[in-house]
Amino acid sequence: MKIAVTTSGTDLEAPFEARFGRAPHFLIYDLEQSAFEVIDNQANAQAARGAGIQAAQSVCQRGAQVLLTGHCGPKAWDVLQAAGVEVFNIQASTVANALEQYNNGSLKPAGGANVRGHWS
Amino acid sequence: MKLAIASGKGGAGKTMVATNLAWTAAQQGVKTAFLDCDVEEPNAALFLKPDIENVIPVHVPKPVINQDVCTHCGLCSDICRYNALAVLSDKVLLFNELCHSCGGCVHVCPEHAIHEEPRLVGHIDAGHAGALKVCTGVLKVGEAIAPPVVKAVKQQAGDETLTILDSPPGTACPAVETVRDADFVLFVAEATPFGRHDLALAIDLAQALKRPFAVMLNRADLDHGETRRWCEENGFRVLAEIDEDRRIAEKCSSGELVVDALPDYREVFTKLLEDVVAAAEITTNERVQG
Repeated sequence: MKIAVTTSGTDLEAPFEARFGRAPHFLIYDLEQSAFEVIDNQANAQAARGAGIQAAQSVCQRGAQVLLTGHCGPKAWDVLQAAGVEVFNIQASTVANALEQYNNGSLKPAGGANVRGHWS
Repeated sequence: MKLAIASGKGGAGKTMVATNLAWTAAQQGVKTAFLDCDVEEPNAALFLKPDIENVIPVHVPKPVINQDVCTHCGLCSDICRYNALAVLSDKVLLFNELCHSCGGCVHVCPEHAIHEEPRLVGHIDAGHAGALKVCTGVLKVGEAIAPPVVKAVKQQAGDETLTILDSPPGTACPAVETVRDADFVLFVAEATPFGRHDLALAIDLAQALKRPFAVMLNRADLDHGETRRWCEENGFRVLAEIDEDRRIAEKCSSGELVVDALPDYREVFTKLLEDVVAAAEITTNERVQG
């Protein structure tokens, strides 16, 4: 199973990023392989609008089934929901810390967007 | 002649000037149309009180995806610069409020899986206040994209001698759409540092769009002539000035036209109308002559 984590950096020790749509990178961690790849989201982070939609599309296209992030808006939520991605809104120090929290099994999945859209 | 009344800053007095100019022209027997292009907050009808004869719906094309034919190749999402489409492994999601109806997705779809259908985004209230034709564009609440409604209001201009366009504030797309093909732009500027700052931005817009323009100073005595001097130094023509007058604010707040309620201002608007028409005709002739 693949887990997407929002981050400002490009490795497991990089800081966790609370924003989803405008996070600089997504680290996609493969639990079976214990390996990861990094998606650069910086072009999308500059988008005037619709950053969450495109971010969700990229995460879904890489086959992630779980997303660990701080905040997720309504449009991103709609896309993630349609793709069946489970979202966890968490606070973490690093990517590794976020994954550790997930592996502990104590996190509760989000039931919807936890922030409002920026323009509506 | 199409005359746009614009400003950078909101609340500078655009609608006050636009409605009183239009009313003055109509009273003089000039065949005039008033087009309220401030479709997000149209309020000129509060002053002109037209009888609405027609309510005209405004639609934009929206893409509709045939999910049975779609192969989820992602080309539609790639071309959409407004991020309105999300392509997943087994479905495509469309976010209407981000779509600018450019038709790019329809064009690039190799499976011809996308066609367009009309989507209601607003309406126009069309009618008359006496001899004055009045058309008000109204953007539907919750819609984010105003220019299609502004375009539709502008199409209501007929064979009138004078068409007055009441522009939205600012320098973004709705204001651009209003002034882009106006023959002349009259900027209403409030004589304050904020008013002057936003006037400078609005003048940049007029210059970028190559529109001839002049300035009318409202509440002109607020800054001891600083904005007037700034206009003079930069070579921007000031056609009229109205000083701070509590009576105007009071009449406006009760929905009255200044030229009706305060007869001492009739001359100001009559002269402003003459001057702005003359200035527009001069620049038009200059252009015709090359």
